[in-house]
Order: sequence, then structure tokens, then C-alpha cells
Amino acid sequence: MSELKTAKPHDAPLTGESEPHAHAVNLNSYIRLCAVVFVVVLCTTAAMIATSFAHIGAGNDWTLKVALILSIAVVNAFLVAGYLMHLLSEKKLVYTVLIFTVFFFIGLVGLTMWAMHDFPPGTASH
Amino acid sequence: MEIPYTINARPDTGLYNAKLGIWLFLASEVMLFGGLFSAYILLRVSQPPGGWPHGWLDVRLGTVNTLLLALSAITTLLAWAACKVREFGKFKFFHACTILLALTFLGIKSYEYHDKWIHYEIQLTNGKIADGHLLEKSADFDLAKKTGTVTLHGREVENHSELMDLRSPEAQSAKLDEMTIAAADIKKMENYGPRHNTFTAIYFTLTGLHALHIFGGTLVIFYLWGPGSKLYKTDPERFTNRIEVSGLFWHFVDLVWIFLFPVLYLT
Repeated sequence: MSELKTAKPHDAPLTGESEPHAHAVNLNSYIRLCAVVFVVVLCTTAAMIATSFAHIGAGNDWTLKVALILSIAVVNAFLVAGYLMHLLSEKKLVYTVLIFTVFFFIGLVGLTMWAMHDFPPGTASH
Repeated sequence: MEIPYTINARPDTGLYNAKLGIWLFLASEVMLFGGLFSAYILLRVSQPPGGWPHGWLDVRLGTVNTLLLALSAITTLLAWAACKVREFGKFKFFHACTILLALTFLGIKSYEYHDKWIHYEIQLTNGKIADGHLLEKSADFDLAKKTGTVTLHGREVENHSELMDLRSPEAQSAKLDEMTIAAADIKKMENYGPRHNTFTAIYFTLTGLHALHIFGGTLVIFYLWGPGSKLYKTDPERFTNRIEVSGLFWHFVDLVWIFLFPVLYLT
């Protein structure tokens, strides 16, 4: 990261590993990969819908359903991010950026949830 | 002046500059949508039992839009792969597909918005509630002056809670009729727009922001498909990198929808 700050981009030579070599491309293999990803996305979408309309848990509990549906959505998101965005084979810096993002995202959601019942004294809770 | 690192990766980052730039931008986008998702969670968890609507959105339309976006993510990737192997004709085809799929998505979203806009909840002076889609307003309809009539296609319920769960057996079996209501019988009339309740507010905010991203992404993809594709003739590798960067944005927009669909339509 410190190298990134001190580098002089305009003086630096146009060298380095070229992206064309980072992901060797064969169009037919990509078409096959995409077909597989699309079929899995179809299946996960169907699974989410089926879970949504299924009677699950005591008294058709929405909490359990939401947890299940979001778990399936995470699988779906992993497919898109991992294969379509090439996140499974990215450079270290991209992972670093994403680790920071995940950290702050968890902080954002977590702190919001934590503060949910934090009402000032003397005010109604709801 | 030549702009450095538009094709080759910088030795210190291992990425060409635009790619690092788009990942940083996407990180900021995660925080933007993260804030709104946090708001959604907060609003939903704070609701009293039975206070959060279920079944207000058409799952069929949401599913079609999910598949359209998934397909468009695939055509975007294939457009990039076609550029990589220097098959410009296939690039044009795949990106044209992406544009058409994106426009179809926006068309369906517009239809859903319109459906909510003409859907009214009318509190009547007798204490009941009329709920349904507006068919007609008489020419002299004026709620303030209490003149004229409105015609809805919907149903009448005793209290508001009956409207909250449209997946309940009672709501599913309810018979929808055409109703003509005089303005004099109306206490309050409001459509299912953003100010209707907490759910519609967060629904329009989340999907509206997402639709803006789709619109912006479509404009960029259209530019790269049309006038921007001239660059392919002079500098194909740089053009391919532009396609990759725009594709990353498009995949992110798809990722957001992957969570919006279950959160808003299925739960």
C-alpha cells in the first residue's frame, strides 16, 4: 500500500504483468461456464421462491424463512462474484480492498442494530 | 500525453488503473447500499407483529427480472471474452443482448411502479377500507369539495390489518369487484406510493436507487457498444479493459438485485 502512495505513475514505465495473461480466455469454455452458472442461478432462485412459500417452522415462522432464503441468496451472490467477476482469481490488492469493505459493512450494519433499542431516557420505546 | 497503465498492470498494484478504480468505487457502492439495507433491517425489526406487509409485490415479475439480470450478467461476461479473443462481431451481439435485457428489466420495473401508483387504499366514512386499483375518476371528482366518484377494482375490508398479509388464505380467496365510491364517502385516499407506509418508502428507495444504477450502466454499455467501440480499431486491448470495468459494475448491480429480490419480494 505504501508503494502505491509513493509511486510516480507518470514517470513509471508501462511495464508489469499484463491483464491479458491474468485470465487466459477461451470463448467456448466461457460459454460453458456461463451456462452452468445460469442453471445454478435458476436453481437457487427456484429454491428461494419455494422456501418463501413453504410452511416452515412453528406457525410459519418468518425469521427461519428469512435466514434460509438469505443463505441461498449468499450462494447465488458467491457464484456471481466468484465466477462472473473473477473474484476467485483476483489480485491481492482487490482482496485487501474487499476485506476493508466487509469490515466497515459489518460495522455499519452491526452498529445500527446495536443502537436499535438505545432510546434516550424518558422517551417511549415504541 | 499518453495515459499510463490503461492496458498493462502497475507493478506495485498488479492491476491496471481503471480496474483498481472500479473496485474502489464498488467498495463505496457496497457502503451506500449497506446503509440502505441497514435502514431496511432497522425498519422491519422495529415493526410490531403483523405490521410488516407480505405479498405486496408480484413474485412472478420479480423472478423474471432476476433471470433477466442474471442473463445480462452472462452476456456482459461473454462480450468481454469475445473482445479478448478479438471476435468483434460476437462482442457486438452479446452487448446488444445486455442492452435489450437491461431495457426489459427497466420496463418491468416501470410497470411495477405504475401498478403501485394506481393502487389505492381508501378510508371510508363508515370506518371500512376500500383497497384496489383505480379504474376511473369522474370528471368532476374533487376530494376537497366532496364531488364526483372514483371506481376501483378491488375489495372492501373491515380493518387495515387485513391488507397486510396478501399471502394469507383469506386474502387469496377474497373476491375482487368493481366498486364505485362517492367522494362524499371518502375520509382519506392514498396510493401505494413511497409515502404510503414504511415498506413502500424503503421499497421505492432501494429499487429506485438500483434502477438508477441499471440506467447508468445501460448508458455506459450503450456508449461502448456504439460510438465508444471505435477504440477497438485503434487499441483493442484498452477497449477490452473498458469492457471489463463496465462489466464489473454490471455484475455488482446484479449482486445487489440478488439480495433485493428475496428481501423485498420473498420475505
